Parts: sequence; structure tokens; C-alpha cells
Amino acid sequence: MSAFLHTSLDVVEEKISAVGKSLGDQRELYLGLLYPTEDYKVYGYVTNSKVKFVIVVDSSNTSLRDNEIRSMFRKLHNSFTDVMCNPFHNPGDPIQSKAFDGIVSGMMVQTG
Amino acid sequence: MSLSRAASLSPQGTLLSEVIPPSSWQKKQQNPPLPTGNRSRCPEQDVSICLLVALLQRILHAPAPGMDQESGAASAGSFISLNEHEQRYYSGLHSLCQADTSGQLSSGKVAELFKASQLPPEALHKVTEVCGAKRLGYFGTPQFYVALKLLAAAQSGLPIHLESVTANLPLPRFLGLKNEPEMRYSAVPPSIDSQGAQGGTAPGSLSWTPADRSAFRHLEANAEKKELWSPPRSPCGSPSRSPLTYRSYPYTKQRNGADSQIAYESKHSSQLEQHSSPSNYRTKATVEHPAMARASSSERLDQQGVVDYSDDDPWRITEEQLEYYTNQFKSLQPDLGALILGAIAKNFFTKSKLPIPELSHIWELSDVDRDGALTFSEFCTAFHLIVARKNGYPLPESLPPTLQPGFMQQEEDIPDTPESAEPLIVFEDTELRPNRLDRTIIERLQPSLATTKQDLKEESCKQDVGVKRVTTSQEKQTLQRAFPERPEPPHDLDPQMRTKTRPRSYSSTSFEDAMKKAEEPPTPPPRPQKTHSRASSLDLNKLFQQGAPGVKGGWLPPPPALPPRPTTSQEESSVKPEEQGLRSRFGRSTEDLTNASKQDMIGVSHSQAPQKPVRRKYHPESQNLEAVPPPAMPFAPPAKPAQKLLSGQKRGIQMAIRKNKETNAVLTRLNSELQQQLKVVHQERVTLESQLELLRPVAST
Repeated sequence: MSAFLHTSLDVVEEKISAVGKSLGDQRELYLGLLYPTEDYKVYGYVTNSKVKFVIVVDSSNTSLRDNEIRSMFRKLHNSFTDVMCNPFHNPGDPIQSKAFDGIVSGMMVQTG
Repeated sequence: MSLSRAASLSPQGTLLSEVIPPSSWQKKQQNPPLPTGNRSRCPEQDVSICLLVALLQRILHAPAPGMDQESGAASAGSFISLNEHEQRYYSGLHSLCQADTSGQLSSGKVAELFKASQLPPEALHKVTEVCGAKRLGYFGTPQFYVALKLLAAAQSGLPIHLESVTANLPLPRFLGLKNEPEMRYSAVPPSIDSQGAQGGTAPGSLSWTPADRSAFRHLEANAEKKELWSPPRSPCGSPSRSPLTYRSYPYTKQRNGADSQIAYESKHSSQLEQHSSPSNYRTKATVEHPAMARASSSERLDQQGVVDYSDDDPWRITEEQLEYYTNQFKSLQPDLGALILGAIAKNFFTKSKLPIPELSHIWELSDVDRDGALTFSEFCTAFHLIVARKNGYPLPESLPPTLQPGFMQQEEDIPDTPESAEPLIVFEDTELRPNRLDRTIIERLQPSLATTKQDLKEESCKQDVGVKRVTTSQEKQTLQRAFPERPEPPHDLDPQMRTKTRPRSYSSTSFEDAMKKAEEPPTPPPRPQKTHSRASSLDLNKLFQQGAPGVKGGWLPPPPALPPRPTTSQEESSVKPEEQGLRSRFGRSTEDLTNASKQDMIGVSHSQAPQKPVRRKYHPESQNLEAVPPPAMPFAPPAKPAQKLLSGQKRGIQMAIRKNKETNAVLTRLNSELQQQLKVVHQERVTLESQLELLRPVAST
């Protein structure tokens, strides 16, 4: 499982390096379907501060559309910025915010 | 021996005729949940609290024969009778000295208590001997009560002898008790009547201050604390009943829930003189102020009636606490309306020695607008949570209603900047709303900006505070002007004011400085910008301001002496050419700005956009929203000051919207810049980490 995660991260890096030459403000944050395997799909999302979000979805769950994934990433990004705003949170530490966890769990439950 | 004697309580009607073996005492203690597992710093106090709770519970249920084991309240070597107050007092002292769950009292604490009674050591020895503790080797409850009685006797001059305890004695006096029997974290079921809560917690509240003091070592108000320490001492010194009773109130209130308190009040309304004092101390988070308030309120609250309680007592910030928080806020940030940056708040709250995850949680709870900085209300909330946490209250998962910013906002309006005092009075609730919105928006804007530029431009943030203050005053003056002049369409004005307030807060951002600087260079040469007669940096703003009156009445054929009403219709008719004129002017200014910088154009183009909705708002009938060739009429912005009323409003709104858009553009630019910087920093960090990893095996070899 973690191996897939790392491979997906490599794909994310590859995409970033390919696109990131322009360094424009409106660079595409949502990277789309990274790597469909038999088991699951991986979606990537990069923030402006190079923080990468990866969502791994079961392939059997075909009800998830691209828009839904985008909205999930958006919510994730928002709650992530909320966590970052906390001055007591050191970037790089595992996130201990209960609100963040709650939002993530809610999203996971919602998408089944 | 002591345990084998019965005791009879006084007129409260509890006849305790049974013995309290130590085992049963332990059993009693197990009934109420012992908060020993909590994070309180004084476990013995928690235990004592539980014990006292149990004791009181027993006292309450004293008429029931099954609870006779509570005779600890009154059992003694002999048949001593404790009156009601003695009973309470002794119970409190008993819990004070309780060290463990057994029936024995901590001899150290007892010794401390005895020393506090200021009796000579030989007298204390005598007391110990007479009450039977010496024989037993420990202080059981009966011995303790007898000892207290003997102490009282000794203090009143009677010989220390068993017969003395039968006399009617005043309560023994103790000075300088350090511990408090007050419970921080009440696991007591609300069934415990307030009657039991009256158990003598007299010294407990006194010791609250030193406990708080230690908790707040990091705070700078040391001198203040010492000052406040002395006033509570004086009432404590007197054996009078009132200080004891009112001190027992805080204990009561803090322990029991609202129900018990209310029951307590109804029962002892005659005796309870200071009903509201507990409400003041319900929140244990106060340090000096409650102590001071307690001392001072003992007389003040004599006449007060029943105070209504709410279920959020521990989470309600009292006025003393508010003062304290205000002072602390001022020490960090002189302006009450401004924000405390996240880093500053972090340093400040870290001094409270709470663990970082808890501080993080507190921050999440209190930073309601998620902007990375604390407004005054957010600061109060955070501070209150920290204080509550330090006193043993668990952190709530969500913000209690009394701590929410809306609740605090109402109090905030009062300590608002003095310059707004008059408008507040004039406009009352209509004013309050914009104030709140303004403040909320200012909070939201400034912290977000401040956070992003925290490391870069902290000075500019301070400037922003000053600017914000100025703009706030301007806003209020504008409102003041606007309201008395146009009271008819208040509903229409409100959204306008809101838009006004919102952008005005933007004006105080540091980005405004950048924007001003950016806008200043291109403004002078072009002709349409000659309208910027003032040298102020808000050139475009002034332009709009001057344009607004021009829009309204500058081009009216009739003289400007017309009243506002007809002017409106005339304005509508003349809107078209004026709008076009405005647009043309902006178009020219856009060209000039384009030469200067990209962002300025963005700002101006943004400013053009709000012009349309602004005009739309004033003139819904006018359909002209498209670019029309500029009229031949010269555009003299310093037009006739005919309709100052409407011009003021329009001007404000237009300016506000424009500022809003400008700030958006500036923020976008800044965001991109910061992101680039962040990327660079990240890369550096990764590089350093990789180097470190390379060096590590080298170092280990």
C-alpha cells in the first residue's frame, strides 16, 4: 500500500516538474487521475506551497466523479490551511487537529 | 475511640448516631468519582473535593438513616454539637487537610492548619492530645473536628480541655491557608444540594488566589496579585460569618451545577448574602480580580438578590476576567481593535506552560475566523480557555456559547474606541451592526494579511493598525454624517454601509501602502488625474470621492440648492453622462497606470467594475452600464458640493468597493510572491535535510 503511495508521489513530482516552468499563479492545482491500477485510483493535488494531497479511491467505487474529487480536494485544502494558521502547529508535524480529522473522516464516510 | 462516639448535629436535623469506621469512610469516598486521574495539579485537592462532596452529600441526606455514616461532620470524642456554620467550616477544613482516601487527615496539612491558627505550639500540642489524635496517631474526622473546636476555644481564650468543646465558640481562625478545598473539576452529581456545598470552604477561596497565582506565574501582573492578596486576607481574618459564607459560595457554585446552586439559593436566600459573588467566581479562571472582587463584593452583594445561573458557568467570562484579559491584550497590542499576530500569541500562551497540543486545540477553538491572528474577543476566549484548562477543566470540543465571538462582540462594542462612543449612542443598534461587521471584517482582513506578511513587514502591520484606527474613525464619522442625514432608507443604507465597512478595513492593510506607492507615481502627469488635487496617497479613492459628488449633482442643470429628494431623480437622469465620464476618466487613468505597473491596472480595472454595481445600486432604473463614448463635458471632480448627504454615502461606498478590489489584487500578487518564496525555502530545507542525512552516517562512523 505504501509502495503505491510513493509511486503516486513520484508521478506527482513528475507532473509538477513538467508544468511548473511557468510558475504562473493559475497553475493547475488539481492533477487529476494519476495512475489507475487494478485496485484503486490515485488522485493528486498540489497546493501553492508544494504541499501534496493524494486521495486513494477504490476502483470499485465508480460513482465518484471528477467534480467530486475536486470538491474533496478543495475541502481538504481549506481545512489544511486552517490547520496551518494555527501558530502552534509546526509545518511538518503530523496534523493533530481534531477539526481537520473530523472533516477528513466526514469526507471518507460520505464517499463510502 | 473517636470513631466509637456518636455525635449529634445541630438544628439542621441530622442525628448521626453511628460510628464511622475508617473502612466506611473509604467506601464513602469511592462513591463520588475521584478525579484523581484528571490533569489537575493538586490531586490532593481533588481528593479533598471528592471527600467534601461526599461529606456534604451525606450531610444533605442526613435525615435518611442510611447516610448516618456521614457523622464525620460532627462526630467527636464527646458529644459535641456543631452548629450549622461550624459544621460547614469544619467540613471544609477537613477536606482541606485530606490527603488520601482514608479517613485520616494528612498530618502535615493538619499541622499547617494548626499553625495558621496562630496558637502557640504548646497549645497545639495540647489540642492534639486532647482531641485524641495523639493517641491514635492520626487525625480522623472526629479528632479533627474536636481539634478545630479546641482551636476555637484556645483562640477565644478558653482552656484547651474537652469541656471547652461544648461551649458555644466562634469559628477558629486560620490565616494563610494555602490549599483550597474547592474542586476544580466537579464530578459531583448535581443531586448534591447546595446545602452540602456550604461546607466550610472559607479558607478555600482564600487559597484560590495563591493557587491561581502559581498558575499564572508567567503573567506579568505580579504586583497586582500581591495587592489583591491582601484584601482577601482581611475578611478572612475576621471570624465573621459572612466572609465564610460567601466564600463557601464560590465553592458551592463551582462544584455544583446550576440546579444545585439555584436550590441552594432558594433554601438559604436569607443567609446567602452574596448570591452573585459565586457567579463571579464561577469561572475559576480568574486570578486576582476575583479575589479582589470577592473581597469587595462581599458588602456589595449583600443586597443583591438571586442571580440567575446558566449552564455555561465555567465558560462565562466575568467582568474581572475581562478586565484582566484586556490588560493582557493591551500589553501585547495596544489597540483593542487590532489583532494579535499568531507568533506573538503563541509566545504568550506558551508561557502558560500548557502542552503544545492543548494550546493548538485552544487556538483552533478560539480563532473563529481562521485567520492566524487573534482579535480581542478571540484573545479573551483563548485566554479563558487556557485559564480554565490550567485549573483543571477539560477542554471542550467546541466553543461554548458564552465564549463565542458573537457573545463577546456585544461586550466589545462597549470598550470600543472612544471616538466611536458618540455615534454608538446616536445610532444605537443600527450602528452596532456595522461596527460588528466592521470589526469582524477588519479582523478577518488584517490577520490574513498580517499572517502572510508576518515575517516580512511587521512594522507595516503596526502602521496598518494606526491606519485602521484612522479609517475606523473616518467610517464612524461617515456613518454619523450619513445616518442623521438620510434616515429614510435605512435598509438601503445598511448594505451600503456594510460594503463601506468591509472595504474600509482593507484600507488598513499593509498592502494599501504598497498600493499607494504604486499608484502615486503614475497619477501626476495625466490630465484626468489632475483631479487628484490632494497629495494624499489615496489618489484614486479621492478621485472617486470627488467623482461621486460630481456624479450626483455636479452636472445638474438646476442649482445645487435642491433638496436631496429631487436631487436623486435628477441624479438619475444625469447618471448616464456622469457614468460615462467616470468611465472615461478611469479609462484614461487605466492607461496611465498600465504604464506604471501591471497591478495598478488590475486595481483600476477592478475599481471600474465596482463602479457599475455602485451606480446600479443608486439608480436601478438606469440601464446604462456599458461603455459609452465620453461626453464632451469636462469632468470636474471637485464639483459642486451640492448634495453632501448622498455624495457622502456614494463616495464611501465607491471608495470602499474600490479599496476592496485593490486589496484583492494586491493580495493576489502578494500570495504569488510568497508562494515563490515558500517554494524556495522548501527547496532549501530539503537540500539541508539531504545533506544532514549524508553527514549522519559519516559522523557515526
